[in-house]
Amino acid sequence: MSADTQTITTEPAAPAKKKRPALSEGARAERRLGWMLCAPAVIIMIAVTAYPIGYSVYLSLQRYDLRFPDQAKFIGLDNYVSVLTSPYWWIAFWNTVIITVVSVAIELLLGMALAVVMHRTLFGRGVVRTSILVPYGIVTVVAAFSWQFAWTPSTGYLSALFNDAAPLTSKWQALAVIILAEVWKTTPFMALLLMAGLALVPEDLQTAAKVDGASAWQRFVNVTLPLMKPAILVALLFRTLDAFRIFDNIYILTAGGQDTGSVSILGYDNLFTALNLGIGSAISVLIFICVAIIGFLFIKGFGAAAPGTDLKD
Amino acid sequence: MASTTRQKAGWTTANIVVILLAIIPVLWIVSLSFKDPSSITDRSFWPKKWTWDNYSGIFKTSEFTRALINSIGIALISTFVAVVFASMAAYAVARLRFPGKRVLIGMSLLIAMFPAISLVTPLFNIERILGIFDTWIGLIIPYVTFGLPLAIYTLSAFFREIPWELEKAAKVDGATPFQAFTKVIAPLAAPGMFTTAILVFIFCWNDFLFAISLTSTTRARTVPAAIGFFTGSSSFESPIGSISAASVIITIPIIVFVLFFQRRIVAGLTSGAVKG
Repeated sequence: MSADTQTITTEPAAPAKKKRPALSEGARAERRLGWMLCAPAVIIMIAVTAYPIGYSVYLSLQRYDLRFPDQAKFIGLDNYVSVLTSPYWWIAFWNTVIITVVSVAIELLLGMALAVVMHRTLFGRGVVRTSILVPYGIVTVVAAFSWQFAWTPSTGYLSALFNDAAPLTSKWQALAVIILAEVWKTTPFMALLLMAGLALVPEDLQTAAKVDGASAWQRFVNVTLPLMKPAILVALLFRTLDAFRIFDNIYILTAGGQDTGSVSILGYDNLFTALNLGIGSAISVLIFICVAIIGFLFIKGFGAAAPGTDLKD
Repeated sequence: MASTTRQKAGWTTANIVVILLAIIPVLWIVSLSFKDPSSITDRSFWPKKWTWDNYSGIFKTSEFTRALINSIGIALISTFVAVVFASMAAYAVARLRFPGKRVLIGMSLLIAMFPAISLVTPLFNIERILGIFDTWIGLIIPYVTFGLPLAIYTLSAFFREIPWELEKAAKVDGATPFQAFTKVIAPLAAPGMFTTAILVFIFCWNDFLFAISLTSTTRARTVPAAIGFFTGSSSFESPIGSISAASVIITIPIIVFVLFFQRRIVAGLTSGAVKG
């Protein structure tokens, strides 16, 4: 990821052919090979995502209760009306928004601090990186259980530490624990992405600013941050979309109790507890639309470069 | 940078704080897994009475051993399939000139960010109809699908940095195309593929939502899903000890990867992202 890789990427492997229209035999064969090599991956990805999403849209327009499959019939947008007028959807929606915004904001701050620590430390670097990969790699369910046991008054050291606190039994405290679990698990990922961005900031710019009398803080705000903007936006995009689909942590920590469910939990419950495929599908489609809107806002609104756009055809 | 002693001490403190925060929740679950049933509710961070009972307990029932086999098998197969197909696609992206590259990468990104729950409902119904619900293949399919974008993305970044001219040079020096590939290109590509495989494996190993939604018995249920359902129903004891012991077992591979391949994992996670 250093400067010299840029020169390799900008240099096409095959000699550049200027004349686009008349493709030579070789170029055509190269195209065919390119498509053939991509075909298996593309076919799998489309078959397992595009088709089910289409099917989901179709199911969401049906009354389809798994307990009464015979009564399945087309009911137009009724399922969407039921979901969007239901208080459960809006509770889950706002929970998801709160969890996403708060945890991503905390992760950005902590991740940045962590990135600076990792970037600046000269010794013990490997140990720090190894240990922060533990939260990243650990199974989310395992981490969630660890937090759950720690905060349960009958078993937990954290609960004991905080005057027998039982945070998982009240809505806002439970949300706070969910956010804590989420932040612990995903800050390392944020930090690593930011650290990679930090490594791209040229050292001589820092030195120049230092010579001009800029303080460490001024250098960070006026030199480092602007240059890191693309890396920050990509990290935010990844994490926001990821946080929005939060499921595992909530499922283990509260199972959606005390109105702490996210939209994913709501969708799951409608499918596997209420056995209602129609409503469940409508929720799935709505979540998909939310995620699409978030992605669109980041890429069009904030100008986050969609990764891969530096590729030449 | 960290030139003065005070600064050095500052960075060292910061490092220690980071390391502690990262590993304390893991140590806690390890500690719980060694606690004797009588002391599991003593709320102390360290066990007072150490025991292996929780471990021997979970290995006695097929509920856990079967889930462990499922987890290993499903994750390995999914990783293999995803890395093979992704390598083909990433090779094409890195080396060949053809229209549609951007669409491929864009689509991968879209799928990587796809809300899994949106797929669970339709997949659940499709798999029931096809008769692959609650089978290995029923889980491998979504894992490959979500592993592919991650793998394509990471591998294209790695492959773009391979000095492919070396292949030509080897051929000029008289190597056959096969030799050029096995002696020159494969060793250069292998580290990237290995790193990608680790990342995809961690993803599959971690999954919970598909694992609880697309399985209903121990036939294909993986460990995260199985421990989600541990109730301790076989005994009157609380399942905390068994959950902790099972958790520690499935954390071991992650710790091994992290300890041995820290550098690679960091490179893999960051390779695609900074170019964007």
